[in-house]
Amino acid sequence: MSILEILFFALSAFAIVSAIMVLVSKNPIHSVLWLILVFFAISGHYILLNAQFLAIVNIIVYAGAIMVLFLFVIMLMNVQSDKEPQKKLLTKFIGVLSGGSLLILLIALVKQTTQLQGKQVLMKEGTIGLIHPLGKALFNDYVLPFEISSVLFLSAMVGAVIIGKK
Amino acid sequence: MPIQYYIFFCLTLFSIGVVGVLTRRNAIIVFMCIELMLNAVNLLLVAFSKMHSGAALAVSPTSTAGIDAQIFVFFIMVVAAAEVSVGLAIIVMMYRNTHSTDINFLNRLKN
Repeated sequence: MSILEILFFALSAFAIVSAIMVLVSKNPIHSVLWLILVFFAISGHYILLNAQFLAIVNIIVYAGAIMVLFLFVIMLMNVQSDKEPQKKLLTKFIGVLSGGSLLILLIALVKQTTQLQGKQVLMKEGTIGLIHPLGKALFNDYVLPFEISSVLFLSAMVGAVIIGKK
Repeated sequence: MPIQYYIFFCLTLFSIGVVGVLTRRNAIIVFMCIELMLNAVNLLLVAFSKMHSGAALAVSPTSTAGIDAQIFVFFIMVVAAAEVSVGLAIIVMMYRNTHSTDINFLNRLKN
């Protein structure tokens, strides 16, 4: 087993355990902290795939900005974990059952697909994930969507302020 | 690394997100599970991008095939950041009106 495979399986197991802990934790703050660990594991996967730009953006935007926003909101609300509403046990069981069946269905589907047999993912090599080629593509072919996304951000900012002011 | 491993891993993360949306009643946790699903899809897009890039690099060493998927992931992150700011503002407004973040409150939208 090569070092890449060991890292892949370790990061995957870490991410899945943390993702399950997000659901199981009673306290919302613990859920946020576990979700940050999931995002770090996914960033590790990006580094394994040599997508360095996305790894850094994932840490800065998701683990940095978005999760801090979540933490702020939770601490602002002063949510008590013992007073938190819980779904009925039957509803929870049905939810887990339907999620598990979705997983089994999709896995069976992927296992049958012949087009994916023997396809390999290029690990730790290739330059398309570096900043230089990505920046060239972003500012040549995708400059219009890039500018439109700034309008999206402006409208999101205005919307958040208006909703928050009421 | 075979592409199937990445697909199985991302499907597992996605299904965990689905289970979270179905089983929790706290709106913030539901929102976090949606973020988890978005991230699983992002990782799968990058894995497919590297799969196509590897196949194209074997033919011509200067090919940039697969770069569009990574730009796409970048735009998904941009949209997710905008979505979170508005969504959390809505949750804060909901909390101000009802003093809880229970999503069953939204049943009132029916009538």
